[in-house]
Amino acid sequence: MSHPVAPVRHVLIEGNKTYHQISEDLCVPTERAPSREWILAFSVASAFTALYVFAVVWTIWKGIGEWGTNRTINWAWDITNFVWWIGIGHAGTLISAILLLFRQRWRTGVNRAAEAMTIFAVICAGQFPLIHMGRLWLAFFIFPFPNTRGPLWVNFNSPLLWDVFAISTYFSVSVLFWYTGLVPDLATVRDRAVGFRKKMYEIFSFGWTGAAKHWQRWESLSLILAGLSTPLVLSVHTIVSFDFATSVIPGWHTTIFPPYFVAGAIFSGFAMVQTLMVITRKVLNLQEYITINHIDSMNKVIVLTGTIVGVAYLTELFIAWYSGYIYEQFAFYNRVFGVYWWAYFGMMFCNVVSPQLFWSRRIRRSIWWTFFLSIVVNIGMWFERFVIIATTLARDYLPSSWSYYRPTWVEISIFSGTIGLFFFLFMIFTRVAPVVAIAEVKAILKVAGDQYIGPRARKEAQTVAPMATEKQEERN
Amino acid sequence: MSAENKKVLYGLYNDEEELKRAVKTAREAHLDIMDVYSPFPVHGLDPILGLRESRLHILGFVYGATGALFGFLFMSWALAKDWPILFGGKPYWPVPSFIPITFEMTVLFAAWGMTITFYTICGMWPGVKAKILDNRISDDKFCIAFDVTQAEQKAVLGLNDFFRKTGASEVHEKLL
Repeated sequence: MSHPVAPVRHVLIEGNKTYHQISEDLCVPTERAPSREWILAFSVASAFTALYVFAVVWTIWKGIGEWGTNRTINWAWDITNFVWWIGIGHAGTLISAILLLFRQRWRTGVNRAAEAMTIFAVICAGQFPLIHMGRLWLAFFIFPFPNTRGPLWVNFNSPLLWDVFAISTYFSVSVLFWYTGLVPDLATVRDRAVGFRKKMYEIFSFGWTGAAKHWQRWESLSLILAGLSTPLVLSVHTIVSFDFATSVIPGWHTTIFPPYFVAGAIFSGFAMVQTLMVITRKVLNLQEYITINHIDSMNKVIVLTGTIVGVAYLTELFIAWYSGYIYEQFAFYNRVFGVYWWAYFGMMFCNVVSPQLFWSRRIRRSIWWTFFLSIVVNIGMWFERFVIIATTLARDYLPSSWSYYRPTWVEISIFSGTIGLFFFLFMIFTRVAPVVAIAEVKAILKVAGDQYIGPRARKEAQTVAPMATEKQEERN
Repeated sequence: MSAENKKVLYGLYNDEEELKRAVKTAREAHLDIMDVYSPFPVHGLDPILGLRESRLHILGFVYGATGALFGFLFMSWALAKDWPILFGGKPYWPVPSFIPITFEMTVLFAAWGMTITFYTICGMWPGVKAKILDNRISDDKFCIAFDVTQAEQKAVLGLNDFFRKTGASEVHEKLL
């Protein structure tokens, strides 16, 4: 990293860190015994995970009839939760891939945790399409495999099948990207560990040595995986939106859905990253690596994507009116003033109004406001999916089949259970691997550390900063 | 294996700029560097060390193209040839419908292919025991290593001299 550093750059690593101090700070959370708070929180997450398992087994055992879905509203909480979780996953890929291509250095503080969050969110999301099929044991029918029925192939025209490919590709590529980035850091943990832990980390770090050629290939691989993940992440939510947009349901078959879904996904994803990071940086004592500047940057993304989502909501309403098509007009009138009006106004308030507070620098840089608003945004995005799915289906073509939907305890348990599962996985992750990318943070230390740039930079540190030495070498 | 029991002389530096200067000096003196190890990718090191650019991205393209072809041709064969079915009045060979899955297969093949290639050519797999010169290389030390298995006493002294001149904080010898 020997680019000249502009004086306006934010300090991204505080506390006058040395390379050794960085390893120390970031490895210690995996080495010390879990705190009492961690054990308590982990027990709660485990309890919810157990509830999730119970409710899913109940669903499979008794059938989908245990849910509140009916013949009219045949997609409800299941698909709402699916789209919500998939959307949350998007922020991780955005931070790790798109911001890498844009050379945004602040990503190094949060990318590892955000990618882990992506993987866990996709794990939670993937459950819903599978269990909502009803006969889970036949779920393998979704894959095109040679079979004794002809062989009869799957329908490659169907967006639901595109979804299968999109989500499985997304999941597996995210795991590769995340793990390959993690290998050098696992080697750092390995070299500090002794005994059984060392044995385990030897296996998981694949024999990483840090040789120059390996680093070169590692960087090349990371860059290309980022390049591949960038269109991939945009394609995933585009294809999820095709599940709706290619149907002939008024209120669903709109061409605005792909960009609107992608913006919403990034919006909710960043909100979830904020929720997690605000807690993680406090609990693991990482305030000097995930600084207020990081939180500020992410809040800017939230206000941008929240505004895009708001424009999309208003465009939808305008186009419905402008189309002159009464079914479309009814669908949107019903969405705003129909039986689920409260969900629509909840969505509007949480997604469009509340993030506008982030125009204020004071609120953007306040931990409490960030935490509070990140939760509000996540609630809002859940409402958005519910509004699109349930309100549209509740009033279909035949007034005689109009219906209302209420979740049963089974659906509530599955949903709250996946939140438990998400935190369960994330908390295990914070115990076994460094939450911040150690090697990447070290690589930007000299252009983002507070002893090199910013108001408190030391003179003697600046003389060894890469810019100065590089210039000197050129002169020699 | 012949690679085993190499005698390695290595020096540790405290800063990547010192490392780069030392590598430059070594190359100018035509010293045969075995390898350079660092806790993070040191930018600007590769040209000084004389490493060619990685060709991994070319393979990435090949894997991606394979995936795209495989996905597209398989779907075409399945729907147009093996069992033609009309779906909603669309043609038997609905090319636009194949775009999403073709794209996903491109990404899937490229990502998996490149990652597997990366680990294979680096000789890294679960269970491979890393040949580590010093535990602090993954922490805060930058290392230049010379293979001195065949070297004469005089050459080794010369290398020690090189390390001292270029500001290495420590110099050690180890059987690898």
